[in-house]
Amino acid sequence: MQDRKEKKYRKINWKLAGSLMKGNGRYILFSALALAVAVVAAYCGPLIVSFTVDYVIGDKASNLPAFVMRAVENLGGREFLRGNLWVCAAALVSFTLVNGYATYLRRRYIAVASEGFAMEMRNRLYHHLQAVPYDYHKHASTGDLVQRCTSDVDTVRRFMANQLMEILRTVFMVSAACYIMFSLDVTMSLISMVLLPVLGVFSFVYFGMVKEQFRLSDEAEGKLSSTLQENLTGVRVVRAFGQEKSELDKFTACNEDFRNKTYKLIRLFGGYFGSSDFVGYTQIAITLLTGVAFAVKGRLTLGEVMVFTTYVAMLTWPVRQLGRVLADLGKATVSLGRVEEILAVPEETEPGTAGRPVIKGEIEFRGVCFGYDAYDDVLSDISFTAKPGQTIAILGSTGSGKTSLVQLLQRLYLCTAGEILVDGVNINDIERGYLRSHIGIVLQEPFLYSRTIKDNIGIVRPDAMAEDIHAAAKIASVHEVINGFEAGYDTIVGERGVTLSGGQKQRVAIARMLMQNAPIIIFDDSMSAVDTETDAAIRNALRERRVNTTTFIISHRITTLCEADKILVLEHGRLVQQGTHAELVAREGLYRRIARIQNALEEDLAKELGAQGGE
Amino acid sequence: MSNTAIEEQDYDRDLKVDIGIWKRLFRYVLSNKRACVLSVVTNMVIALIDIAYPLMSRYAIDNFIGKGTTQGILPFILLYFVLITAQAFGVYSFVAQAGRIEMNVSFDIRQQAFKKLQELSFSFYDKTAVGYLMARMVSDVGRLSELLSWGFVDLLWASTYVVGVMIAMLLLNWKLALLALVVIPPLAVISLYFKKRILQYQRKVRKTNSRITGAFNEGIMGAVTTKTLVREKANYGEFSELSGTMRQASVKAAVWSAIFMPIVMFLGSIGTGIALYKGGVDVMIGAIGFGTLSAFVSYTMNFFEPIQQLAGILAELQSAQASAERVIGLIDTPLEIVDSPEVVEKYGDNFHPKRENWEPITGEVEFEHVDFSYKEGECVLCDFSLHVKPGENIALVGETGAGKSTIVNLVCRFYEPTSGRVLIDGRDYRERSQLWLQAGLGYVLQTPHLFSGTIRDNIAYGRKDATEQEIREAAQMVRAEEFILRQERGYDTEVGEGGARLSTGEKQLISFARVILANPRIFVLDEATSSVDTETEQLIQEAITKVLRGRTSFIVAHRLSTIRSADRILVIRGGRITEQGTHRELLKLRGYYYNLYTTQFREEASGAILDEKAIEN
Repeated sequence: MQDRKEKKYRKINWKLAGSLMKGNGRYILFSALALAVAVVAAYCGPLIVSFTVDYVIGDKASNLPAFVMRAVENLGGREFLRGNLWVCAAALVSFTLVNGYATYLRRRYIAVASEGFAMEMRNRLYHHLQAVPYDYHKHASTGDLVQRCTSDVDTVRRFMANQLMEILRTVFMVSAACYIMFSLDVTMSLISMVLLPVLGVFSFVYFGMVKEQFRLSDEAEGKLSSTLQENLTGVRVVRAFGQEKSELDKFTACNEDFRNKTYKLIRLFGGYFGSSDFVGYTQIAITLLTGVAFAVKGRLTLGEVMVFTTYVAMLTWPVRQLGRVLADLGKATVSLGRVEEILAVPEETEPGTAGRPVIKGEIEFRGVCFGYDAYDDVLSDISFTAKPGQTIAILGSTGSGKTSLVQLLQRLYLCTAGEILVDGVNINDIERGYLRSHIGIVLQEPFLYSRTIKDNIGIVRPDAMAEDIHAAAKIASVHEVINGFEAGYDTIVGERGVTLSGGQKQRVAIARMLMQNAPIIIFDDSMSAVDTETDAAIRNALRERRVNTTTFIISHRITTLCEADKILVLEHGRLVQQGTHAELVAREGLYRRIARIQNALEEDLAKELGAQGGE
Repeated sequence: MSNTAIEEQDYDRDLKVDIGIWKRLFRYVLSNKRACVLSVVTNMVIALIDIAYPLMSRYAIDNFIGKGTTQGILPFILLYFVLITAQAFGVYSFVAQAGRIEMNVSFDIRQQAFKKLQELSFSFYDKTAVGYLMARMVSDVGRLSELLSWGFVDLLWASTYVVGVMIAMLLLNWKLALLALVVIPPLAVISLYFKKRILQYQRKVRKTNSRITGAFNEGIMGAVTTKTLVREKANYGEFSELSGTMRQASVKAAVWSAIFMPIVMFLGSIGTGIALYKGGVDVMIGAIGFGTLSAFVSYTMNFFEPIQQLAGILAELQSAQASAERVIGLIDTPLEIVDSPEVVEKYGDNFHPKRENWEPITGEVEFEHVDFSYKEGECVLCDFSLHVKPGENIALVGETGAGKSTIVNLVCRFYEPTSGRVLIDGRDYRERSQLWLQAGLGYVLQTPHLFSGTIRDNIAYGRKDATEQEIREAAQMVRAEEFILRQERGYDTEVGEGGARLSTGEKQLISFARVILANPRIFVLDEATSSVDTETEQLIQEAITKVLRGRTSFIVAHRLSTIRSADRILVIRGGRITEQGTHRELLKLRGYYYNLYTTQFREEASGAILDEKAIEN
């Protein structure tokens, strides 16, 4: 299944890769140049040894290029070097230094390039995920997105940092070795490399083969983790049913399975290393023996034999890594594709003129319709008006469209028909950031950022004074609660901090919204987890505070509803009733039934308490 | 959660290597006798072969090339291929033995820790986050077993190789050997220093990386809030700062490892240079042959590999110290609730119960002057006394934190009283085993927990030997069968991890069926506050009524219907019973219960009206 999914990402999107490179491309080039220098320097080491052995110590002719020999002659030739053998040793150390420095540069540059690439990718993803429309987030899975933004980015980064240069290095090394070796002796070169292709193909085939065992081992580990997790989260159930023994058996089975599958994988690796070592050393042996035979015949010098054997040994490792590199290339391509998929989602756009008119808080819905798809209307033909400073309460069952209605006002969605006017301007013509910052909203399940309570409340106004923050918290009836925490306003909440109860979160979110000082505010059932007394206290404090704020409240608490200037009753996406408490109570309908609960309660109490019941 | 955060900080610094802990961990390695012996043997063989190759070349150079003859080359070839073949098998065995040790060590540690986790009391689970335990059990154990096993075999190889090469060099020419070996001490010191620094930087990268993951998580989960607060720019600003830090830290870590290798190579080449220089002079004066020179050059070129490996193992040990402490700490956690040896003798332990000696439970529960506190000096229950007759239904109401759950946990012996006694059927429950009580107890949680597996497996969780007939009867009793049969594969439907494929209401019904099948005498219910649709709500209420019938029960109640039908309602405030009696009696008091009831009534009633509307949809 994984395979099928991966197929659609088989191709690298070069345009995307290029744009993510943004200024870091040259570092790849630098790294490649440094790599070339390092390879050349690395190959010089054995040549110096060979030169020393053949020319300086032995009496053979030198096979070094003419310009090097001229330099040697200028120094004083063989005699000088024989007397000062340290020069050869120093040359060897110097070339290692060059090699070392170039290797350092290669790794440093590629680190700069790949980390820059990864940073650009992360930034782009983060920015983009904030810019895509609300609807995308509503349907996407957080876990999957986070995985793409983290582990997929890392897979691509790792490939660039480790494998990209590895490919180049293999190519450079093989070609440089070929050049040097072929210039020494063609037959000997061919013999020295006869098994290398076998090694490359073998490693390629091998890494294709172990993929399956890798998957099995990964799956077994996943099973082990999830079994453990289930046991730990369900520890109460395990104990309450006295199932410790059967849980242990279950865990043991998973633990054994993971051990066996992974052990098998490791053994496969052992087989790979063992057999590729065999091939590699056989190649070295062939080279050595042929070299010996050639040297005996006088066709090669001792130094040259040493060059061949050293080079072959240097080549076997990169060649046998080739299979792994190619396997990783496949993985990186898939990961890049998964990242690309996110970046391809279109961002939220401005449908109109993006103006910034003065917003006082007058709102009008004119025949507004809305649906997530063409077949199913969530809201149809909604029309009403709200004057600045009015309180509008919305009542309706789950799925009646209450939340969609206020989301339209925030322009988290666009109306499919009709229009919404704020102070006479169609909201589609107001810049969305401007519009949203003039409409405060508290969601039913508010989200707090992982930072201190103080920072959360003051998040829209980073320059706010502590007094302002405390004042907002007091209105939201959460000041006392916060002071009850050990660290007070500096308590960290959210993901990595203290977990607040639903009601506490709602109240902190109310305080945060108040800091916006918006002319329009919305409570999307945002006091549902707050007890009725606190609810009343918050509403009283709000009433005292607000001067001319248009307020929308979604609630089914009758005490909240009856204080509103206007109540909207929604059923199945239609506005079935609107009016004041007095008007609606007089009419048959949902509102009247809710309003009459008090009567039902009194009847119930009277029944339970018998004759003494009732007031 | 908070203690997890604090403890994770231990991972940020290098702790002192505590030999005692590593000795204990190493026992897990040594318990694999065969693999250990095989590892020692193979490593010796491989190291010796590694040492032999340059000697083979030396022989070839001196005897064939030097003398200009190929006489005797056949045995030489043969020996060479014997070596190669032996090495191939050696390498295979090396990897296989290390793998075997690694997997057995992690298996054993996990097994032991898991057993421990099944015995630890709830006070432990209240203080310890599941995520923390998962990290110990999965990644820490994995890391330690990898380090112990591969570290062990690498150590064997590297030390054999180093010692072997030294001996070989000294035997070939001790003067030259001593000169070439001069580079080893600085090589070792520098390697250790760098390895440590590199690990430190890598740790910083990992830490920043987890912050990035957190930031993505927050950015995605809080996307709507960010939109409504128009925080996109500010958030992006903060994020790009973080990703900038990440880039910087990663480049730094990479640069440190990039510097390390060249330095090691350079030091190594000094050794080679010395060999070439002094050896070359020796060759010229005829003190040694070309072959010896070539062997010296090869040895000095390969020396830095084992040295830096040894340094790496040392550095790893230090950086894994925190993991080692945590894992050993988990295995060593003392048990707070332990059955006395006499009790274990008679009733058996958690894994080997002696059911034949268990007395049946009738379900009488008594609290006798019970005090209880989670923390010293903070009394949650004070001098609490309560007598519950067999079959009586008790509803507990009161605010969060008043002590309702504590009472329930004490009944289940998830905790034991700080002072006073809890009697089951007239005897202190500490005179019987934990399993005796818990196996006779039914418990349904606020958030129902199912295990992955089929619906059937889940219903039969408490009684693995139940027949098909009994399972179906239990499901029918709570009217769960209807929805079960609606599933594609009926009772064989997989519920998914944690029951994820079922709705909350469905999970609740299954957890009731599970209790019915186990048929406990004492039943504990922590009622859910989250609402389910009206229809399921009705089914659940019926199920509760069925489960309660004839059983002693304690209910942390939220629904009016459940509260109303209880035999006795206890209002718990501040660890004491402030009001108790039947629904009607308590209403007459017009106290706390009266207020609670009237508020709740309004909420439930308006909720019900709105739900009706939703269902019409």
